[in-house]
Order: sequence, then structure tokens, then C-alpha cells
Amino acid sequence: MIRVTNLKKSYGSLQVLKGINVHIHEKEVVVVIGPSGSGKSTFLRCLNLLEDFDEGDIVVDGFHLKDPKTDLNKVREEVGMVFQRFNLFPHMTVLDNITLAPMKVRKWSKEKATEKAMQLLVKVGLQDKAHVYPDSLSGGQAQRVAIARALAMEPKVMLFDEPTSALDPEMVGEVLAVMKQLAKEGMTMVVVTHEMGFAREVGDRVLFMDGGVVVEEGTPQQIFDAPQHERTKSFLSKVL
Amino acid sequence: MDFRFNIILEYAPFFFKGVLWTVGLSLVGIFFGTILGLAIGLGKMVRNRLVRLPFDWYVHFFRGTPLFVQILLIHFGVMPMFTAQPNPLVSGAISLSLNAAAYIAEIFRAGIQSIDRGQMEAARSLGMTHVQAMRYIILPQAIKRMIPPLGNEFIVLIKDSSLAAIIAAPELMYWGRAMQGQYYRVWEPYLTVALIYLVLTLSLSKLLHRLERRYDA
Repeated sequence: MIRVTNLKKSYGSLQVLKGINVHIHEKEVVVVIGPSGSGKSTFLRCLNLLEDFDEGDIVVDGFHLKDPKTDLNKVREEVGMVFQRFNLFPHMTVLDNITLAPMKVRKWSKEKATEKAMQLLVKVGLQDKAHVYPDSLSGGQAQRVAIARALAMEPKVMLFDEPTSALDPEMVGEVLAVMKQLAKEGMTMVVVTHEMGFAREVGDRVLFMDGGVVVEEGTPQQIFDAPQHERTKSFLSKVL
Repeated sequence: MDFRFNIILEYAPFFFKGVLWTVGLSLVGIFFGTILGLAIGLGKMVRNRLVRLPFDWYVHFFRGTPLFVQILLIHFGVMPMFTAQPNPLVSGAISLSLNAAAYIAEIFRAGIQSIDRGQMEAARSLGMTHVQAMRYIILPQAIKRMIPPLGNEFIVLIKDSSLAAIIAAPELMYWGRAMQGQYYRVWEPYLTVALIYLVLTLSLSKLLHRLERRYDA
């Protein structure tokens, strides 16, 4: 589904990604963990080219992102993204937030887009919030709407960039529950998170990143119960 | 102090004509200033420094020199290059438009750049083109924020149109000066003129206030 080869990126003289190689399969849930500044968010944002990269190659659903012939908008239609700070559109109702892209990008009819949106709102447990504006939602509700908004495009892959980091602790669970459900339904997911419980329970594979490289990867059992590298051990000892 | 209402009455038809020209000049300035300002504001947001340079300097020049000087330069310097008999109203309208455009460009740029980067990212991540993201996500939010500073600029523009009197454009201030010259009176012409400007600017600010409230609802 996604193949990343020798991905490198620098901000000025600071190299934040130093050659990443990852292959993400269909229906796989890959969780990326690591300390702040390890490059995990930058890595994720490269996958739909919200962040440009300097070297290497990323192939998403058969499209080489750096190929000038690739229509990036077409690729992004298939790659949903959920942000740390939700980024809901504040001037639109929840329903309009969800239906806008399907109508303008996928050219769906209003009826079709609304029907899909209502299904998704039921799925994330917010059907009664369809006609309110985002500023009246709690953080957890806003993030569930953001997930519904991304899913409305019927993407093949979902990217999650620290989706629970901006939430009050009591709201983390409701967002993770939606993500768990999504994983169970077979969605291909790449999740950058600090929620180790989620990584262990839902992840098919865990990548530990530090200093711009993937230091160690494996099943949650391998990473959490028997980490091989010193850096992995030291990180896990601090967060577990 | 005596106050001669009769000479105000005598000049009433001229003041009336003057007000029409003042409103006309202001409307032309607002219209072309806004269109030109949007174009320059967009030009200032181009990433390429060389492309951006002329737009930057346009703003530097028109914001950094007095409108008074600009009017004289345009009327006595630039316009004679195109026509033997420059019309002061045309020169005034052009000066006001060019000057307002510089300020409006900054208002547009600031409005657009004040929208959180995450909004553009979210829109693009959903597959929208840059133009779609601007149209549906960024501009609707930015325009709401631009209304108060734009209103401010329009009020300044109405008042600044009085500077066109110096090149004998027959707007409101011109007739005030004419009346002062004829009767050697100060209070009657200038208080009348001041009061009329006040009515014009208050009406505009009332109108803008309403617009602002409607956008808020």
C-alpha cells in the first residue's frame, strides 16, 4: 500500500529524517512511537506530501509522490489524515465539514454526501451534533468529527498524527475506541501516538523512531516485551 | 460671534454638488482600490522573492509617502504624459485608488495569513486543490476578519478625498475653500464641510457595523 525507500529530509542544516525504509501493507495497522523531535510526525506528513522531502521515494497506492506526472490531489483523496489539533473548519457546521470534500472533490450529490456523513456520525456516536458548529464540541467530539470527515472520502489509508495528544485525559478513550473499531474493520492505518496501550493492543507492527531513523520495528510483543536496542529500552522505561 | 447662515444657504447647491463628487471619488477609490489591493496582496504572498519584489515596493512607496505628494505627482507629473489637459477629478480618483490599494493589499494579506495553517493542511489532505481550499476554507474565514480594517480604510479614504481640493477637483473641500475665499469667513465654510464629512463617515461606519454583525450570526 505504502512503500517508503531511503526517505531523507532536512530543515536547513538540521536533518530530521535520515533514510527511512518502511513498507506498509494493506489492512495493516502500523503504530509509530518515539520521543519528541524523533521525526515521527514529519515522517507521517511526508506520506501525503503535506511535508516535502529531499531524497528517497514514497509510493502510495502505486503512485510515486515525487513523480511530476502524479496528481497529488488524486493521491490525497485516497489518504485520510487526522491532525493533533483537529483542524475542523470553524465556519461550517459539523455536517458541512464532513460533506464538503466528498461534494467538491468526489463530485457526489448533496443527498449522497449527507447520507454518508450521517452514517459516519452514527458510527462515531455524534449523530445529534450534525447541525452544530465545531466550537461547541468538546475536544474528544471534535476529533471524532475529524475522523468522520476523513472517512467520508472513503480513503484507502488513514494517517493519524498524535490524534489524542491535545485531548483532556478523560476524552482520550472515546477517540481511541473509534480508532480501534476502524482497525477491526480492516482499515490500513499509520498512527503516530504516545498511547502505548493503544500501540500494544491495536498495532500489527510498531516502529520505534529516534533521531530521524527507525531504530527498531516489530510486533508489539517484540517491541514492548523484548526490545533489542538500548534506545528503545530507555524510551520505554520512561513512558511505560 | 455672528454666524451667517445665509451664506451657507447660498453655497448649499455647491456643497451638494461637492458631496456628490466626494462620494463619487470615494466609491471609485474603494472599488478600484479593493480590486487592485487584492491583486497586490496576492502578489505579495508569492513565494518567489523576485516576483514579490515589485509588489513589496508598490506598498512601500504608496504607504511611505504622503498622499498629498502623490496627488501632485500624478496630476502635474504623470497625467500630462497621457493628456494635455488632465482632469483633476480623474487625477484624484487615480491617486486615491492607487494609495488605498497599498493599504488594502496589506489588509488582504494579513487576513489570509492570519488563518491557521492547519486549515489549509486539512483542506489539502482531503484532496482539495489550492484554489478550492482558498475558496471554501480560507477566504470565508479571512473575509470576516478583514471587514473591520477594511471599514477603517474606507473611512480614511472618504476623508482623504478632501486632499483632491489642492488640484481643484470640485469635491466638498474645494467648495469650502471657495466659500472661505469669497467671504473671508472661517467658521461657516469649514464647520459645514466638517459636519458633512462626519455624516458621511458615520453613515459608512454604521453600514459596516451592520455587515459585521450579519457575518457574525
